[in-house]
Amino acid sequence: MAAVQETVDKVKTLDVEAYKYGFSTDIASDKAPKGLNEDIVRFISAKKNEPDWLTQWRLDAFRRWLTMVEPTWARVHHSPIDYQDLYYYSAPKTAEGPRSLEDVDPELLRVYEKLGIPLREQEVLAGVQERRVAVDAVFDSVSVVTTFKEELGRAGVIFCPISEAVHTHPELVKKYLGSVVPVTDNFFATLNSAVFSDGSFVYVPPGVRCPMELSTYFRINEKNTGQFERTLIIADKGSYVSYLEGCTAPQRDENQLHAAVVELIALEDAEIKYSTVQNWYPGDAEGKGGIFNFVTKRGDCRGDRSKISWTQVETGSAITWKYPSCILRGESSRGEFYSIAISNGYQQVDSGTKMLHLGANTSSRVISKGIAAGHSQNTYRGQISAHRKAANARNFTQCDSLLIGNKCGAHTVPYIEAKNATATFEHEATTSKISDDQLFYVMQRGLSAEEATALIVNGFVRDVLQQLPMEFAVEAQKLIAISLEGSVG
Amino acid sequence: MLEIENLHVSVAGKKILDGLSLSVPAGQVAAIMGPNGSGKSTLSYVIAGRADYDVTEGSIRLGGVDLLDKTAAERAALGLFLVFQYPLEIPGVATMTFLKAALNAQRKMRDEAEMAIPDFMKRVREAAARLNIPQDMLKRPVNLGFSGGEKKRMEILQMALLEPRFAILDELDSGLDIDALRICADGVNALRSKERSLLVITHYQRLLDYIVPDVVHVMSEGKIVRSGGPELALELEKSGYADYASEAA
Repeated sequence: MAAVQETVDKVKTLDVEAYKYGFSTDIASDKAPKGLNEDIVRFISAKKNEPDWLTQWRLDAFRRWLTMVEPTWARVHHSPIDYQDLYYYSAPKTAEGPRSLEDVDPELLRVYEKLGIPLREQEVLAGVQERRVAVDAVFDSVSVVTTFKEELGRAGVIFCPISEAVHTHPELVKKYLGSVVPVTDNFFATLNSAVFSDGSFVYVPPGVRCPMELSTYFRINEKNTGQFERTLIIADKGSYVSYLEGCTAPQRDENQLHAAVVELIALEDAEIKYSTVQNWYPGDAEGKGGIFNFVTKRGDCRGDRSKISWTQVETGSAITWKYPSCILRGESSRGEFYSIAISNGYQQVDSGTKMLHLGANTSSRVISKGIAAGHSQNTYRGQISAHRKAANARNFTQCDSLLIGNKCGAHTVPYIEAKNATATFEHEATTSKISDDQLFYVMQRGLSAEEATALIVNGFVRDVLQQLPMEFAVEAQKLIAISLEGSVG
Repeated sequence: MLEIENLHVSVAGKKILDGLSLSVPAGQVAAIMGPNGSGKSTLSYVIAGRADYDVTEGSIRLGGVDLLDKTAAERAALGLFLVFQYPLEIPGVATMTFLKAALNAQRKMRDEAEMAIPDFMKRVREAAARLNIPQDMLKRPVNLGFSGGEKKRMEILQMALLEPRFAILDELDSGLDIDALRICADGVNALRSKERSLLVITHYQRLLDYIVPDVVHVMSEGKIVRSGGPELALELEKSGYADYASEAA
């Protein structure tokens, strides 16, 4: 995929010291005042001309949120977040959605150019590559440019900003929004439900195989703006869709809060593959200023024989709190989680998955590769459970940690619970360290310390890289090398 | 080719090499023999540029270039190759990928273009065939689950591919049965040339029946204590190292 490839190339040409995407743009923004109360929630809803039911839905969430407290069980530490000191809405000046690229604020296009995302070349992107990639670019809170809609439309696939889907497909949004991650789910998901800005909406009709990989680039741009994306993907009976998500963010001093919610619904015989490459600002050399990433991602295998697969490459953020999960409700449904989580500097990662086996003959597979370097802390936290009715449920979990240097930490926290005696759960875990002998061996063959580390790490994560769409895998491999720069020597 | 002068090396405060000097001209095959703990392996690591060794005095030059301020990778690009006594495993990295990464990293440092894939494949296949290495092995992760003999053959394959001008063979014979030793030795002998020097480090004379050296140096307590022709190795085989230990002390 050319888009992310160029981003990576761009990064490689830049100085490692300064974070590559550390810049802000001058686009005047239309924002709500700081702080959060019912008026702000109403303001956000009004800005988007939302129907009453959604305004009410947000308000219910907000009232619920007021009664909740931040979870503290994760192995992460940060200064308290002042939720009244954040902006909860901001939109680029061009309020009306532009019809074509010519209508897009040129300043915005320059930002994308800096990031190396060739929005200008989208037609080329379409023609040159065999497999097409549709980009629904999110700039701060409003989706600015949406491409390939026509071709997707011919296949009957709906791919648009969720704010638009609320108006164009209210019945689908109303039916599925909050049906996987209820508004009461957890502190951050409830906050998201109250103030969610925008995100992607995907609906694939029965029997349709989505003709291209769907892709979104997220980027935080406004100072102090919490990002509250909301993504909803529905694969109707017998359909298939692959969705790619990638992020970069600009440098700043204040910590930035990100609390996204992603809901996936797979009906009978449907399959959803969701891949993420997350590369948000991790903080400076002392660990200050990085993104706080509190994400709730959950998929519901609602239909029999449905399948949901999460693949993630996590390299950024100061704090990552993220557990993409699968509810295996349909009989013989299957959930997969493939993860590479890399932490360097002072990053803290607490990530993993939940596989909740509810239906009979459900199966799941978890492959997690954690790599800790620098002063970072990297925790895998996973829950595997079998409900009473989940006869013959099967899970295989493999959880490997790799340490680079002697100031970092890797932790594995598995929760395993089987209420049905026929369930078979397997858990394997290893922790290893890149040895000086190994590094010396590779360096003696001509690779620099950093190249040698990247080679060894890429070998360590190979099982997971193979799960990524091929273009994504190549980029992820390079991103891994970039993330580990400065970790040895 | 290789000039070592008055080399003093300590590890964690303990002196291992104590004023060692050694000269290996181009095209020469030199053997270093010595008892356990005489510093043979340390010498090979220090020449190759492993960290954790404290060089307090002396110099190492390869083709006139001072090696001591160069990284291990830079030394490799200058044409230095070490056959490891215990080759390391790299899980998840296919041998072919590793060979290509190594070759191209060296070429890059020498400002040469990457080798074209077909040329590369051809060279690897030919070298593998000579060493009796099945093609399947090249797809497996580097050294993972290889037998001792397979690992050593893979070392020689890398040497053949990287074409170093100076190679150090650290206890090539350890862990090899007689058939595997013969294959490896044949591989090494095929690489002997007027331009390429070899430093063969071994504890036993046996290896030198297969790789016949031009000169033999005896090392004891961190320095070269005696040098001679191939016959010196045979003499050591009979008399052992006891004399030299006391001589150095």
